[in-house]
Amino acid sequence: MSYLNLIWPLSGGLLIGLSAALYLLLNGRIAGVSGLTASAFGWTGVGISPLGLGFLAGIAVGAAVAFAWIRHAELTITSSPVLLMVGGLLVGFGTRLGSGCTSGHGVCGLARLSPRSMVATAIFMVVAAMTVYVVRHVVGGL
Amino acid sequence: MAYRVLASVLCGLLFGVGLVISDMVNPARVLAFLDVTGTWDPSLAFVMGGALIPSSIAYAIRRRRTRPAFDTEFHVPANRTIDRPLVAGAVLFGLGWGLVGLCPGPAIASLVTGRWEAILFATAMFVGMFAYRIASSRQTAQLRAH
Repeated sequence: MSYLNLIWPLSGGLLIGLSAALYLLLNGRIAGVSGLTASAFGWTGVGISPLGLGFLAGIAVGAAVAFAWIRHAELTITSSPVLLMVGGLLVGFGTRLGSGCTSGHGVCGLARLSPRSMVATAIFMVVAAMTVYVVRHVVGGL
Repeated sequence: MAYRVLASVLCGLLFGVGLVISDMVNPARVLAFLDVTGTWDPSLAFVMGGALIPSSIAYAIRRRRTRPAFDTEFHVPANRTIDRPLVAGAVLFGLGWGLVGLCPGPAIASLVTGRWEAILFATAMFVGMFAYRIASSRQTAQLRAH
């Protein structure tokens, strides 16, 4: 992998980390997208959260700006409609049941050395890699 | 409250830009990263590594602070128990992530492309989150009844 290929992932990662850092030091909260999404819809038991809504709106606008002016990326999504639905349901239900996703457990949880997040991150990374292995190399693609 | 919402929007903006320029928003890239025995693309390890630098510094600073800038206290979970819901949830999430290559942040960010695949996935994800809400409130009601 060339030096140039590292600039994008590293700078993108730094921005995501900066977002998590500011969210902690300004609002005192975990920048976890699954929790923020549930709170934006009022599914955490405390009503609709303006903070969750603001964060989600920010992601959408930030992504739109980046797609338009910074990196003209074309998304490659090859999953069938059924697979998209099953995957979406699993990700939605699983992240709420497990109290977090890649951002909440992965970025914030590992940074604060939370034992729960370390276990969750290890599990979802391994399970996701095993899933890809089975789909691609055992089943031969879905 | 206005400052807090503004801070949320700012953090969301940085997050959204980060997801797109790192290409974490691209399912093909994520699946290639997860495909460790195939044509492995390690670039997303640098996204994670890069993200951990500022966030680790912030969590270290937090230890010397009593409150965040715009709130009276920190709302960081204190739970340290590794329980069954945590493990089961992580397994289900890993399965879904490995099947499609989208996790919640990229699922939201990809919506702005207007692609039907992104809309279908995000809608199913919202349904999954709502289903958890229903299931957990039922469980709470049952516990109260006993």
